Amino acid sequence: MIPTRRTLMAVATAALLPLTACGGGSGSSGSSSSAGGTYTFWDPYPQFDASSDWGRRVTACGTAAGVKLKRTAYDTTDLGNKALLAAQQGNAPDVMLVDNPVVSTLVEAGILNKTSDLRLDTSSIQKNIIGAGTIDGASYGVPIGANTLALYYNKKVLTAAGVDPGSVRDWASLTAALKKVKAAGKKGITFSAINTEEGSFQFLPWFWGAGGDLTELDSAKGVAALSLWKQWVDAGYAPKDVLQNTQTTSWQEFATGDYAFSENGTWQLGNADQAGFSYGVINIPAQNGGSAPVPTGGEFVTVPVQQDTSRYAVSKKIVSCLTSDSSLLATDTTLMYVAPTSAVQSEQVEKNAELKPWVAAVAAARGRTSGGLGTKYPTISQPMWTAVQAALSGSKSPQDALATAQSSARKG
Amino acid sequence: MTVARVDRPRRAPAAAVRASDTGARCLRRRRRLTALAFVAPLLVYLAAFYLYPLYRNLDLSLRDYTVRSFVAGDAPFSGWDNFRTVLGDPTFGPAMRHTMVFTFVSIAFQYAIGLALAVFFNRHFRLSTVLRALFLIPWLLPLIVSASTWSWMFNSESGVVNYLLHFLGVAPVGWLTSPTWALASVIIANIWIGIPFNLVILHSGLQNIPGELYEAAALDGAGAWQQFRRITFPLLRPVSAITLLLGLVYTLKVFDLIWIMTKGGPGDASSTLATWSYQLGFGTLLPRFGPGAAVGDILILIALAFGLLYIRVQRRQES
Repeated sequence: MIPTRRTLMAVATAALLPLTACGGGSGSSGSSSSAGGTYTFWDPYPQFDASSDWGRRVTACGTAAGVKLKRTAYDTTDLGNKALLAAQQGNAPDVMLVDNPVVSTLVEAGILNKTSDLRLDTSSIQKNIIGAGTIDGASYGVPIGANTLALYYNKKVLTAAGVDPGSVRDWASLTAALKKVKAAGKKGITFSAINTEEGSFQFLPWFWGAGGDLTELDSAKGVAALSLWKQWVDAGYAPKDVLQNTQTTSWQEFATGDYAFSENGTWQLGNADQAGFSYGVINIPAQNGGSAPVPTGGEFVTVPVQQDTSRYAVSKKIVSCLTSDSSLLATDTTLMYVAPTSAVQSEQVEKNAELKPWVAAVAAARGRTSGGLGTKYPTISQPMWTAVQAALSGSKSPQDALATAQSSARKG
Repeated sequence: MTVARVDRPRRAPAAAVRASDTGARCLRRRRRLTALAFVAPLLVYLAAFYLYPLYRNLDLSLRDYTVRSFVAGDAPFSGWDNFRTVLGDPTFGPAMRHTMVFTFVSIAFQYAIGLALAVFFNRHFRLSTVLRALFLIPWLLPLIVSASTWSWMFNSESGVVNYLLHFLGVAPVGWLTSPTWALASVIIANIWIGIPFNLVILHSGLQNIPGELYEAAALDGAGAWQQFRRITFPLLRPVSAITLLLGLVYTLKVFDLIWIMTKGGPGDASSTLATWSYQLGFGTLLPRFGPGAAVGDILILIALAFGLLYIRVQRRQES
């Protein structure tokens, strides 16, 4: 350690050199950030550049608020960490769009403003959608839209296998359909069981569809859900590479036209029209019939805490612009999301009838961090996706895998 | 340059110096400061890019960071708690084992294949330079490209490797999806990436071995194997040692390749200390910086231990 300290001292001396030796003038011309007219905006949509509909909408909202809005897009998983680092260094963006389960983490870090403090009106937004951004009764963001999961099916494959999509009402009938499809020489279902948050997101409809409770991963209900997936992979109804599939690669598999079903989200509707085969959408069935509760996806517009509180007035204008009814319709059409207010939802369905099952699914959806879980959710989600991986790859039985998950989730 | 000229008055007559003793002292001080000024860029660089990150990492691993205290910067000192958490975690044992297997198996194969190829290319046959250049490709490709390519090739549904196996009548293998094969798959990819490095360094080492030795050996009736065992291998020892050490440090911290191919999965079947550290720090929605940094520290300690071992071996060789 001594050499280290000596080096450090040498460095310090060297740095002081110009001051002690030949005391030059104080050259630091305080470059005060003359950012009066520039506000920063972060979002997780790197797929949209400045010339896209979304990019133009953001710019327009800045102009409407009388400022220049500088937009930076990050990868979804990256955005949360970048936000924490920025907040630590005191240069958080003025307005930030974040994935809904990240909201509770950022609130825990104390870097988001309450919508009530900013006097943003959130009364028209559906309770279950804003729930993901509500912690201890206070909401910390305005949802820009919601998406969720359902089952896409390939009409041609199902017809060839003699399966009526209407007959898929519960797990048993779904598994029976997959069996028929496989017997007809086609592939059954693709989903994403990757070891990231995406894997948990995709597993939740089955977990909740069995009546599972996230605070008790290894209950018989949780084991039933994981056993269902394992049964599909073992029987060859689902490919082995679901373990590596992201929702995008899982969609690409479905787009080959060989698969009967794909568990995927609203955001694929645009791609579905380009897939070159006719498709349909059904809600994910619960174990004993009916629709399974699905997790809400989608982003929240948030206003991070700033030292200079006078900036909030403009930030608020930007948020209101992005989440106004007219703006939501255009934005959610661009993103292929379901709007968070029923007024805009009905407008959306009027324009595009295909969205109807999705609106129903969103209405029945649950926030992952809702129900008081908050930042406990990430400490449950990670063991859960590890358990899914362990069971599907055959290294543990569903029961053992979930028991391990539960014990590490309990440790937090 | 103007600073250097300041030194000259030193040659002034001794009497003058005594006359203004304080002035001389000032000059001497200036001289030392001048010297420091020349070293300063290096020191600043070392401090900014080595010492400070190391210090930050150590600081992270010794404090109880939550997201809140990370932002506020008031995390309480927690001593060895993070290390205790990490060592007691059921993932630690497998991650450590995978790191060791990954590192040593990779290095053994990289070195053996690299040496064989180096000896082969040392014969200067026609096209040997071109072929040697081709062998460098794995090294030139960005890791994201090679890792993605390997993960496509190993794909259990549509990968080309299983396609070839199918032709040979072998049942498809879940390269990246079965817990028994995932680690082997990332090791295979890593060996492929590491061969050029070994090839280049060992090849340059071979060229420093004088040709007369081989001629003399041939006259004494030594065969190819004998020549390799008695001349090439012993004379290549210093080069081999540095190749192995660099390879070791490099392989210990391999992260991107594994992350792109398997993310440490399925389950934790291919997670190493490096991927686990990332997983803890950035892989979930709720970062756990403390334990993540602690795993990083352990990784640094292992690399340091091997570095010291190398220095010791080198000293013994020299004496």
